[in-house]
Amino acid sequence: MEFYRAHVLVCGGTGCTSSGSTDIIDKFNDELQKHGLQNEIMVVRTGCFGLCEVGPIVIVYPEGAFYSRVEIGDVPEIVSEHLVKGRIVTRLLYHDSITEEETIKSLDEVGFYKKQMRLALRNCGVIDPENIDEYIAFDGYKALGKALTEMTPDQVIDTIKESGLRGRGGAGFPAGLKWEFTRNAVGDKKYVCCNADEGDPGAFMDRSILEGDPHSVLEAMTIAGYAVGADQGYIYVRAEYPIAVKRLTIAIAQARQYGLLGKNIFDSGFNFDIELRLGAGAFVCGEETALMASIEGRRGEPRPRPPFPAVKGVFSKPTLLNNVETYANIPQIILNGPEWFRTIGTEKSKGTKVFALGGKINNTGLVEVPMGTTLREIIYEIGGGIPGGKEFKAAQTGGPSGGCIPAQHLDTPIDYDSLTQIGSMMGSGGLIVMDEDNCMVDIARFFLDFTVDESCGKCPPCRIGTRRMLELLDKIVSGKGEEGDIEKLELLAKNIKASALCGLGQTAPNPVLSTIRYFRDEYEAHIKEKRCPAGVCQALLRYIIVAELCKGCGLCAKHCPVEAISGERRKPYTIDTDKCIKCGLCMEKCPFNAIIKK
Amino acid sequence: MKSLNELEEIRKRALESVNLRKDREGTRVVVGMGTCGIAAGARPVLLAFLEEIKKRNIQDVTVTQTGCIGVCRLEPMVEVYRPGEEKVTYIKMTPDKVKRIIAEHIVNGRSVTEYTIGAEEK
Repeated sequence: MEFYRAHVLVCGGTGCTSSGSTDIIDKFNDELQKHGLQNEIMVVRTGCFGLCEVGPIVIVYPEGAFYSRVEIGDVPEIVSEHLVKGRIVTRLLYHDSITEEETIKSLDEVGFYKKQMRLALRNCGVIDPENIDEYIAFDGYKALGKALTEMTPDQVIDTIKESGLRGRGGAGFPAGLKWEFTRNAVGDKKYVCCNADEGDPGAFMDRSILEGDPHSVLEAMTIAGYAVGADQGYIYVRAEYPIAVKRLTIAIAQARQYGLLGKNIFDSGFNFDIELRLGAGAFVCGEETALMASIEGRRGEPRPRPPFPAVKGVFSKPTLLNNVETYANIPQIILNGPEWFRTIGTEKSKGTKVFALGGKINNTGLVEVPMGTTLREIIYEIGGGIPGGKEFKAAQTGGPSGGCIPAQHLDTPIDYDSLTQIGSMMGSGGLIVMDEDNCMVDIARFFLDFTVDESCGKCPPCRIGTRRMLELLDKIVSGKGEEGDIEKLELLAKNIKASALCGLGQTAPNPVLSTIRYFRDEYEAHIKEKRCPAGVCQALLRYIIVAELCKGCGLCAKHCPVEAISGERRKPYTIDTDKCIKCGLCMEKCPFNAIIKK
Repeated sequence: MKSLNELEEIRKRALESVNLRKDREGTRVVVGMGTCGIAAGARPVLLAFLEEIKKRNIQDVTVTQTGCIGVCRLEPMVEVYRPGEEKVTYIKMTPDKVKRIIAEHIVNGRSVTEYTIGAEEK
C-alpha cells in the first residue's frame, strides 16, 4: 500500500457538487500529475462537511487546512504552494479557522463546529463514501459483527430500548419499541425499510447522510433485520437524489462483495439483503403507509392505521420502518452501549439531532447538536447569526408540518417535547430562519400552498379543507381579508387536524396555527389596516415619494414602465398608486433614497 | 464475511490509508521546502522519507513540508518532532542520510547526532 503524505479531501455532497467540486477534483488530479505528486498525495471525494455556505470546501490533511469557496483557478496555487512547498494558502482558508497568530485551528475549535456533536454525521466529510474499506477503518460493520456474534436479537432490541433513541423522522416514537413490536408480530416473512423520502422544503440531512456515509445505514438496517427477524430490506429514496442513489448502489454492491449483505453473514446463519426503491418525489410518500404502498408498486396513498406497519406493512407482512438518521445512530449505540447514548441529550430526548440550517442565516449548512441545545446557540453561535445585522423574527422547524418559534422562545432547549409544547415540532429537522423582512402570513401561505399541492386527494379534510384555508390566506394577503377570517382559519385547522387520514393532512394546518398564535397582530394588520408590516405582500404595498427627499431629477419617471410617475423638474414627483404595478424599479433607481414602500 | 477477525484484518489494513485524517500524537517529519530547500535538493529527500516509511510500513508518522527554515546555507533541512521530546533539526540532508534517520531516530528513538545542526556549529 502506498504511503500518502497528504490527503486532499474535497466535498462531494450535493451542495458542493453543484458549485463545481467535481471539476475541482479533476483539476487536483491534473495538477498533482503535472508535479509528479500523484503517488504521494491522495485526493478523496467525501460527503458533506456541513458548512455548505462556503462551499466548495477542500480540507488538506495532515495540517487540517480548511479551504473554503475554492475555485478551479485556485487549485494550481494550492498544489504548488501548499502541497509542493508546504506554504498554506492563507487567503483561501475559512476565515474562522485561523487563529490570531495565523496558525490553523483544529476543526473542533472553529465556531461552526465547536458546539456540534457529530454522531449521525460522524463519517460525513471524513471518509470516501464510495470505499467500504474507509468505512471499516473507522470501525464500520463492527457493530454488525458484535450484534451477530455476541448478542441475541432480544439483547439488540433491549439495547436500543434502553438507549432512549427516538425516531428522527418527525414524530419521535421510541425506536426500540417499534423494533419490539415488529419482532413480536406474527409472520412468515418480515421486512426492514428505510424512509429516505426526505420531502420537507429546506431539509437535506438524510440526503447528506446517504451521500456521505451510506454504509452506516446499510449496517444499521442489517442489525435491525437480525433483531426483528427479517431477511429483506428496502430503502425508499427519492430519484431526485441522484448522488445518494449512486453511492447507495455502490455501497450495496461492495457490502455484498464482502459478504456483509447476503447469506450467512459473520457465519451466524443470518441472511439479509437490501434493495433500493426509487420514489418519484411525492411528499405524501414520506408517510409510512403511502411509502409502503409505493414500495409495492401501487399508487402512493396512505391508508388508515391501525393496523400499523409493525403488524401489517409491505406486502401485508410485518415491517420495520425507520428514517435514515435514526439508522445512522444505531451502529454507535451497539458499539458504545446504551448508557453512553443516554448521557447525551435531555431527559426525554436522548442523543443528537441533525438540522439543516437555511433561510436568513450566515452559515447555511448542516449541523448536528446534542438534544437540549437552544435555538439561540444554533442560530447565533453555530449559524453565525443573521446576515446584515437584521433582527431575528422566528424560526420555522418541521417544515410544512411544523410551526414557527418566535424570539421569546430562543432560549428553549430543543427536544421533541419542548418543541411540541411551543406549538412546533421536531419534524425531520429543517430549520429555516426568518428575520424582520419576512411576513409571517406569507410564510404560512407558502407552506400551505405546498401541502395543498402535495395532498394526495384521498381524504376530503385534506383535499378540500387545506384548499379552503389557502383561499382564505390568499384573500388576506391580497388585501381582501375580512373580520372573522382568522377565526374561520382556526376552525378549519381544528377540524382538519381532527379528521384527516394521515400525518400530512393532520399536520398541514400547523404553520397557520402557530403563526396565528405568535403573530396574530400581523394577520390583523393585513385584515383591518390592509397593511403588510414586513413589506412583503405586494397587493398591500404602496410606493410613495417622500417630498422632502425628492430632488426632482425625474429618473424614476423615466424608468417607470407604466408611466405612473409624474412631476415637474426640480420639484417633488408623485406616484399614481392606481397605475402603479409595484415593480419597485423606481425605488431601485432613485439616487436619493426618496422612494419608500409602505 | 465470516468472522470478526476477518473484519479486523480489513480494518487494520484500511486504517493505514485513513490514519492521516485522525488526530494523532505520532512523530512528525517536517521538510524545509522553501525555494532554497528545493534548490538544494529537498524533494529527493522528501521522496526518500516516503519511500522508506512505505517500505518499513511504519505507522503514525506524518511527513509535511514547511517554508524556508532560515539557515539557507544548510539546506536541505529536516525537523523531526517526537511526542514529548525536543525538536531535532537535521541539515544538509541527502536521501542516504534519510535511511539512517528512519532506522535510528524514527524507529528506535536515538537521534543521529552527527547530522544535526548542533554538530555543524561545533
